[in-house]
Amino acid sequence: MQKWRATRRLLLNSYSSKSRFDHPRSNPISDHSTTISRSSSGFESWTSRIHYRHFATAMIQRNPSFSTLNSDDINHFKGILGDKNVIEDEDTLLFANTDWMRKYKGSSKLLLQPRTTQEVSEVLKYCNSRRLAVVPQGGNTGLVGGSVPVFDEVIINVGSMKQVISFDKVSGVLVCEAGCILENLVSFLDNQGFIMPLDLGAKGSCQIGGNVSTNAGGLRLVRYGSLHGTVLGIEAVLANGDVLDMLGTLRKDNTGYDLKHLFIGSEGSLGIVTKVSILTPPKLSSVNLAFLACKDYSSCQKLLFEAKRRLGEILSAFEFLDNESLNLALNHLEGVRNPLPPAMHNFYVLIETTGSDESYDKEKLEAFLLRSMEDGLISDGVIAQDINQASSFWRIREGVPEALMKAGAVYKYDLSLPVETMYNLVEEMRTILGNSAKVIGYGHLGDGNLHLNISTPQYDDAILAQIEPFVYEWTSKQRGSISAEHGLGLMKANKIFYSKSHETVQLMASIKKLMDPNGILNPYKVLPYSIVSYI
Amino acid sequence: MKIMVAVKRVIDYAVKIRVKPDKTGVETQNVKMSMNPFCEIALEEALRIKEGGMASEVVAVSMGPAQCVDTLRTGLAMGADRAIHVDATGPLYPLSVAKLFKALVELEKPGLLILGKQAIDDDCNQTGQMVAGLLGWPQGTFASKVVLDKEKQLATVDREVDGGLETLCMDLPAVITTDLRLNQPRYATLPNIMKAKSKVIKKYTPQELNIEIKSDLEVLQVTEPPKRKAGVIVSSVDELIDKLKNEAHVI
Repeated sequence: MQKWRATRRLLLNSYSSKSRFDHPRSNPISDHSTTISRSSSGFESWTSRIHYRHFATAMIQRNPSFSTLNSDDINHFKGILGDKNVIEDEDTLLFANTDWMRKYKGSSKLLLQPRTTQEVSEVLKYCNSRRLAVVPQGGNTGLVGGSVPVFDEVIINVGSMKQVISFDKVSGVLVCEAGCILENLVSFLDNQGFIMPLDLGAKGSCQIGGNVSTNAGGLRLVRYGSLHGTVLGIEAVLANGDVLDMLGTLRKDNTGYDLKHLFIGSEGSLGIVTKVSILTPPKLSSVNLAFLACKDYSSCQKLLFEAKRRLGEILSAFEFLDNESLNLALNHLEGVRNPLPPAMHNFYVLIETTGSDESYDKEKLEAFLLRSMEDGLISDGVIAQDINQASSFWRIREGVPEALMKAGAVYKYDLSLPVETMYNLVEEMRTILGNSAKVIGYGHLGDGNLHLNISTPQYDDAILAQIEPFVYEWTSKQRGSISAEHGLGLMKANKIFYSKSHETVQLMASIKKLMDPNGILNPYKVLPYSIVSYI
Repeated sequence: MKIMVAVKRVIDYAVKIRVKPDKTGVETQNVKMSMNPFCEIALEEALRIKEGGMASEVVAVSMGPAQCVDTLRTGLAMGADRAIHVDATGPLYPLSVAKLFKALVELEKPGLLILGKQAIDDDCNQTGQMVAGLLGWPQGTFASKVVLDKEKQLATVDREVDGGLETLCMDLPAVITTDLRLNQPRYATLPNIMKAKSKVIKKYTPQELNIEIKSDLEVLQVTEPPKRKAGVIVSSVDELIDKLKNEAHVI
């Protein structure tokens, strides 16, 4: 506590004296893409108001206690990994340095591709001894800048560790390395008659290690729960190179503190996940999908209530998108058509059921939908008659982020809010921004998760100022989460106080200090910089 | 004018097919079944013709075991007016199906019979042609465009052939089989699904139609195609020539 006060005093004093912030800061964001131009500033200094006290965060500076790479380091890495897996090639580095949204770009000069846990361990041990900052990287599909360097951190990409280690056909427990791509795991399990308990739009590129490290949510959370429930074991490497083998395959194991939960969702800041053991549900043969139109948001809500009751155990996904999201998807995605006959609807809902009896499920779904139509909850709808039709419905919902990228600049917010008031935020944002931006809302209504996105032709600080901190404060007042599933990464590293109390964050910082005393794992992210600064 | 459309219940196009261990066929237990994609296109075309005012009624027909009724329900949900189910267990090869259709056509007297060009489970591409032969009707197969002339009772059909597009003009009644580019089938909307529940599905058996089903074909074995061998990276042109000569025997 004392140290925190001291740090805060130091920062406040520095900020007011302006001594540290006059010289040019190394800019984490630069114009990279020719199609999307961005504002030149990265981090504005701002004041976050929390329940009990004020504190000011500074613009992020490269932590001077981290060392800089030299040729000895590179030779040492080549000794551990072999020449081919130590990459300094600029083109490859450009990809590894830039996130999926093309919003964050680091300036790392080195990409390492270890093939085994042992190699990860030796690399980290060395980096820790040399005080070299590192960024653990998987599929690089994160949406909050957590998977790319801020400055010159060494990138450790586990993509080469992509073996499936074992699969138990009876229990459905899958053990695999962290670099396995989610879609490949889905194909593998398909042959065995099982499915992955999570499904997200990024499945073609995202890796299971990253999914676990960020506690990815996705489309099926409403049915199968979060990774905290389905992950049975983890093997992780700590900052000092110690390998923590918690790779259990047991459904129940109450022996001591369950440390694997620390790694699930800590976004690589406490250790690098190298293997995952996950419980996979059996693949049920009967999947039905309906694409529905509702006239207003309260109908969507009532529909959710009814769906949980009448579809009960077979409900496997409940997503919603507003009219603007659908139009965006139809305009910017190829090969996508409106499933419903052309008409003005305000909201669309996707309901998926998964069960073991085809005719029973279909009857149940049809009965529910027809009744909802009679009750006025649905104004129109279609049911997919085969897998291709179902895929095309999903393409619309899963393709909205991609459509947003094509439309220009995107301000992306991922919020957990009470279902009743969720859409009010979208409408208020629309009123505030008027014609200057397109505000769309879509998301996992079944989990109370809104994806609020504001689309403009170009990034503009003036618009950002109208969005933040309004969105965060609005969410905080509802006791919601300012990051439902995307995580904090770099984008929200200083926003945690909107959703977590001061004492909670303090304890997080203590745990971080304990597990990573030199702070080399994914620095500048997740926790507020002022709390974990080691200056 | 009445239009009769043939629809077949097949393993869903997107499902990964597995061969049964005893090699007598493919695994169909617990596998998703749907309407044959070409049959969907056929039905869509029939519905468009009816919506264009050229026909008064669309009748969907399916042949096979009891589960065919599911496929017929889908057809009714898309907009067909009524359906016919020919209840037959056991394998139905194209010639038997063609004979059954001849009997149904003589009963219902449609002006147009539309089928998918082939089923995705057997890829036979025979039924449409055989029915036309049995009935003595003109046929426009692999249709990518169909235009009807009500007064002259003609159909103009663009056919997708190897060399390009061939346009045929034929008198009605005629048989048309549909190809992929003809149209994009509609989805089954909830109001139509509701209406479909009250639509009639009439059942016939082959005996009632006076057709004897005897298979003149017997499936001996079903096997997977040989797995693709991994490619080999050669280190020099000499090695390439050596492999082409001595291993692949192509030069």
